[in-house]
This record gives sequence, structure tokens and C-alpha cells, in this order.
Amino acid sequence: MDTVLYRPGPDASTTATPQGEHPRVARHCATPRSADPRADAEGATHRALRFLTAGSVDDGKSTLIGRLLFDSRAVLADQLDMLERRAAGAPLDLSLLTDGLEAEREQGITIDVAYRYFATPRRKFIIADAPGHEQYTRNMVTAAAGSDAAVVLVDITKIDWTASPVQLLPQTRRHALLAHLLRVPSIVFAVNKIDALAQPQSAFEAVRGALLDFARKAGITVAAVVPVSALRGDNIMQPLATPWYAGPSLLQVLESLPSTQERIDGELLLPVQYIARDAAAATTSGTGRQPRTLWGRIAQGRVCAGEMVQLFPSGERARVTALRGAGQGLDSAEAGQSVGLELERQLDVSRGDWVGTPGTLLPAQRFGATLAWLDCEAAVIGRKYLVRHGNRWVQARIASICHRLDVRTLQPTDAHELAVNDIGRVVIELQQPLPLQPYAQSRVAGALIVVDPSSHRTSGALLVESLR
Amino acid sequence: MNAPLSIDRLLPALDHHHLDWLEEEAIFILREVVASFERPALLFSAGKDSCVLLHLAEKAFKSRGADHRFEGRLPFPLLHVDTGHNFPEVITFRDRCVADTGERLLVAHVDDSIRRGSVRLADPMESRNGHQTMALLEAIEAHRFDCLIGGARRDEEKARAKERMFSHRDSFGQWQPKEQRPELWTLFNTHLRAGENFRAFPISNWTELDVWLYLARENVPLPELYFAHPRQVVRRKGLLVPVTPLTPARQGEQAETTSVRFRTVGDMSCTCPVESGAASAAEIVAETLSLSVSERGATRLDDHTSDSAMERRKKEGYF
Repeated sequence: MDTVLYRPGPDASTTATPQGEHPRVARHCATPRSADPRADAEGATHRALRFLTAGSVDDGKSTLIGRLLFDSRAVLADQLDMLERRAAGAPLDLSLLTDGLEAEREQGITIDVAYRYFATPRRKFIIADAPGHEQYTRNMVTAAAGSDAAVVLVDITKIDWTASPVQLLPQTRRHALLAHLLRVPSIVFAVNKIDALAQPQSAFEAVRGALLDFARKAGITVAAVVPVSALRGDNIMQPLATPWYAGPSLLQVLESLPSTQERIDGELLLPVQYIARDAAAATTSGTGRQPRTLWGRIAQGRVCAGEMVQLFPSGERARVTALRGAGQGLDSAEAGQSVGLELERQLDVSRGDWVGTPGTLLPAQRFGATLAWLDCEAAVIGRKYLVRHGNRWVQARIASICHRLDVRTLQPTDAHELAVNDIGRVVIELQQPLPLQPYAQSRVAGALIVVDPSSHRTSGALLVESLR
Repeated sequence: MNAPLSIDRLLPALDHHHLDWLEEEAIFILREVVASFERPALLFSAGKDSCVLLHLAEKAFKSRGADHRFEGRLPFPLLHVDTGHNFPEVITFRDRCVADTGERLLVAHVDDSIRRGSVRLADPMESRNGHQTMALLEAIEAHRFDCLIGGARRDEEKARAKERMFSHRDSFGQWQPKEQRPELWTLFNTHLRAGENFRAFPISNWTELDVWLYLARENVPLPELYFAHPRQVVRRKGLLVPVTPLTPARQGEQAETTSVRFRTVGDMSCTCPVESGAASAAEIVAETLSLSVSERGATRLDDHTSDSAMERRKKEGYF
């Protein structure tokens, strides 16, 4: 077995929920997840897989992405013409396919995350291509937010695999640690340039051992270690036809990775996005009152008509009388879906409020978090920032900086401010309480962005670690 | 109009379930626009991408009545930047669409900008595609729009591959690629200063194939130009140039009538059809699957100029 394929474990949230106050309240809706005809046998859903690619300049990242696009036939004739013109008879340079903006071509670098698309009969893929050098952390944080997986490129020709122990390159450690810190759910190592080796089997096995050893010590779960040659296209689409590797190709690994799981079981959590006053519904209901529909995308759990919910921050409770989906009525809805809720009575509710299972939305005004700083102006203690959590903007300040992390080793060092591309642990104070949850439990309730109130730049990303 | 659909026949070979996910995402963005901005508008050219947008907007903000037709009204007007060089079929379709949906349409005419002197033509017959920018910026100012919803997709062109879902434009309407705000999760930063505005792109993550699959699945009507029809064309620089009053055959060129369809319906002076027999969205899907030329490459004379033509236009404030 040459790869370690990740299988999601049992969901901790399937444990019993507290009893509802109201005996008539249905705690769970009837339809189980498995009834979804869109889910295939392995539980993979119709959702696209978003993955980021991490690698340094010469690791072959552009060639790998070019290869995925080329082999999945996402490359079109006029782009091919361009490649052929530039190659002038030599083999095509697939890395040119990911060539970006004019400003970047002039400098020979890439300055921002670019998105690429390809599809196989089984799945649609979105690549967030994070460039390797300038503003590295900033780009990687942007690409990692919302990604289901990270493909970390390892250039095997730069590693002395005969050494004992085998030393990995600093950038490999840095990329994997960052993806882990940003809680990208699946991490895949693509060991590239196996075509350039005389003894690919021994080299791959030694490097694979070193990667798994490093991952275990760092607490990183590895979805797979895959040998590839982006240049020749070996083991990208089709599995490698060789006696020494019997595992899946990179694409087969990507096709089987789970999309980020929103928790279907567990308590309802829905940030109110938009409130519609529906004139059409008023005429049909005949009561003359204009029912308001609370729209939002369910972050966790399920909701169905008849259920009792509680609002945050007002604490008011009400029964859901009707559910609406896009253009039509619904009986129930679950995490990941946008839904419109009509409540049995008019309550004071606005964008930014939350709807949840009664008794589960707990206010927090002070929390510990990982802060990734993206702004050229350093993060300073005591300054007022704007933060967005769910759909609400509130004022916040950094109460203290516990430490800055060395992104190569994740070792903490003392710091009194965080500069651009720094990542650290901080304590944040909010001007008003929010229903926070650790990021590890909920991407929606555990993520915030920091905005500079004077420049309006998006200055930082916060991942909630602990509630105080 | 869409001919009888045979999309189901194609589906076993195609996993189209991701369309639900793409629709969900697009509707989420549309509601986010309405919740975050005071004066949004939806850019509507009657092209296929804006027809998808209009359909998504109806799903996001309207409910279906007993006859399955949408009831209610969108919380924003439609805005068409009219170059004055549109194919007449497209304008007819646009007006019928507006009448059918009961929506409010505002039209910004490039001809008005020419009259005002803010657009100067070097040649009266030249392409007006680039001049749409000025008419658009003038409409934004006149109507004080703070967010324009557009149908641009990241797969169209490489300058678009780095575009945000919510793209900030400065008070000159300019796009600054190096100053783009990082976009994290769906926590969009929509803060604006007076005079600045945003462009929102709900179908950023769609590809051309996704658009056609969706149009077919949802039975969304399109201008007839999109489907195969006989048309007089001349062959020029590897493109089929339609013979129109604006683009007559040049000396020595032989006009011929052949079966074509348009893949984009822009300015008549720079939009070319491709040879095709595809008469329905489903047939176009089948054709798109074995497609050999990217959308803008085969059909736009003006993007041909250089590798970075689109990037330059975007910086100037283009869609």
C-alpha cells in the first residue's frame, strides 16, 4: 500500500442532543442524508472539490497544473496554438498555461491567487493556485480559506534520499504546516520529478517515509503521498504502470477526497443573510400582513417546518411555519443549503443575527484565535478594527499577542505586533458578543476577517481556537 | 428559442450535479449583494451569461405561482450598456424578456456618450466594445449605483482568473489587480467610500459548459442567434465574419451562406459566429464537450490584439 487514503471518521456530533423544551417539537427531520440521490456510494456528493496547490518556484507547480488542465482537456485550441508558437518545435511548456497577468509576466512572478477549472466525468475541480514567493503566507491563507484539500508539491530531485534520516526541504515543511494550521481538511503530498531519477522506487519510498514521519510528529493527517511526473504526465490521470507503485493516480486521489463536510447532524446554526418582505406571499395568505422571510445558508444541522428555533442575540423563540428554497417551498433543508424561514410571529430580527436550536447559541466576547496578518500595516495591540463574523460587522481589538509562529517550524516566538505574512496566537476582545465556536468545530461560526477601518483593506483572518 | 430538449439523453455521460452547487453559490452571492448594497443593478445584455444571471435572480428573489411562472419583482433594475451596434434580434429578445419578467430596464447608450463628447470615435465604423466602459461609468455615476452584478466567469480569460467574487473599483471605476482585497471564506469585505463601487460576479466559478448545461436543464430562453441558423459570412483571419451593414465584405472577399451560431452576442462589428449545426442547448452541450476553441478566442476580433488585451480593458473599468 503506497498511499494512506483518508476516510472521514464517525461524526462526533451524532451523539444525542439535549431534550427540547417543547414536547411537540421535532428534534430531527425525517430524511437521512443517505437518501440524497446526489450522493454516490462512497458518500462523495455533487459538490466540486476546491483544492490549493502549494510549491516553490522550481518544484514544478505550474507544470503540474498545466498538466491537469491539459490531460483533462480543459485546454482549448487557441491556448494550444499559443503554446506551440512559444515552443517553436520543442516540447510544449505546460507551465505557460497558468501564466497570469501582464504585470506578472514582466516580472516573471505571480502575485495573486488564480482560479482554474477542470472536470472529469466524476467531479468538477476548482484549483486555487497560490504563488510561491512574494506575499506567500497571504496568498496561501486566501487559497486555504474554503479549500477542501491542499496538494503540496515535493521536488524529489532536491532531496538526498540516501541520507539517514532523509531531510525534507524547508518549503515542504512550511507549506504542509501552514495548510495544517489553516485546517485544510485533506493534505496530499505530490512527489514530483520521479522521471528524473535512476532509482525512483528507493527514492520515493525514502521520501515517503520522511514525509509520513514529519507529518506524524506535526500532528498532520496525510490523505495521500503520490509519486508523479508533471513533465511527462506520469501518474497524473492514469495510475503508474510500474511494479513498484500500485496506488492511485493523483487524479484518482482528488476524485475520492471528501468535500468539506458541513455537519448535517447536530444543532441548527444559520446566520441571517437577508430579510425579504414578501408582498406576493401577503396576498396569498390573505391576512394582509406581510410575512418576512429570513434567508440564510445553513451552517450546521437541519431545519424543518414546525420546529422551534431561537434567535441570537435577542434570545426570542419562535416556531418555523414555512420553509422556502430557490423559487419554491421546501419541507426541510440541511447544512450547505440556503433557505428562507417564515416564523409564526413577527420578531425583531436583522441581517447578522443567528437562528439556532434553542439553548445552543452562546455569546462570547473574548476569544483566543490564530491570526494570519495580510496587511502591510502591522497588527497592533489596542487598535480598533472591524471584524466580520457570519453576516455581522462589529468592532474589535487585539487584547494581547500570545506569540508569533515561525511558519517554517511552527515554533512560538515572542512578539508585540504581527507584520504582513505573520501568523500568531492572539486574544481578541469584541465590542458586542457573538455566538462563536472553535474553527475546528465550525468553519462558519469560527472564522472572522479583520478590516482596517480607515483603509478598508482586508487585513487579517481569524480562526477561533478557544472561548474565554 | 430552445428547441425540444434532449439534455437527459446526455446526462448519463455527464455529472451535472455540481450545477446545484453552482446555483446555490450564485444565489447566495445575489442575496449578499442585495443585503450589502443600497443601489445595485444587474448588467443585462441579453447574452447567455446575463440570461443565466436573470434566471438565477428570479430564483433568488421571486416565488413561483400556480402556473409555475415567477411572481414578484427583483430588488434591483437591469442595466444594458447598448453599443448601438447590437444585432437587432438581440434587442428584440431583450425587450421581450423585460416585458415577460416585468422588470425595470435602464439603457446606457454609447451613442449618448458620443453625443456628449465623452466618447470620441477615431473611425465611425470602429468597434464600440471598448467604448462601453465610458457609457457604463457614466451610468454608474448618473444612477449612483454602488454595485453592478455581472456575468463574467473566471474561465473566460486569464485576466479574469484572478477576479474576485466582489471586485472593488476605485472612484475612477478602475480595477487595481495588486490592490485586490483577499477574499476569505464567504466573509466578503464590501466596505466602500463615496464614489467607489463594486462589481459582483455570481457565476465566477462556472465554465462555458456549466452555463450551457444549466441553460438546457432550466429551459432558459435565449436569443435565436445562439442556435444554428443560415447566415452570410466571409472568412477572414481564420474567423467567420458576419456580413452586416457594419462589417460588409471587403474587396476580393467571397461572401457565402453557411450554418452558424454565435457563442457571444456582443458588438456587431467584432462578434463572429462559429460553424455549427447545433439547434438546441443540448446539442450545444454536446458540441461544447468536443470543443476546440476557447470562447473569446474564436469569436472576438478585439481580444485578438494581444495576450493582455482584456487585462488592460479591465483596468480601465470594463466589466
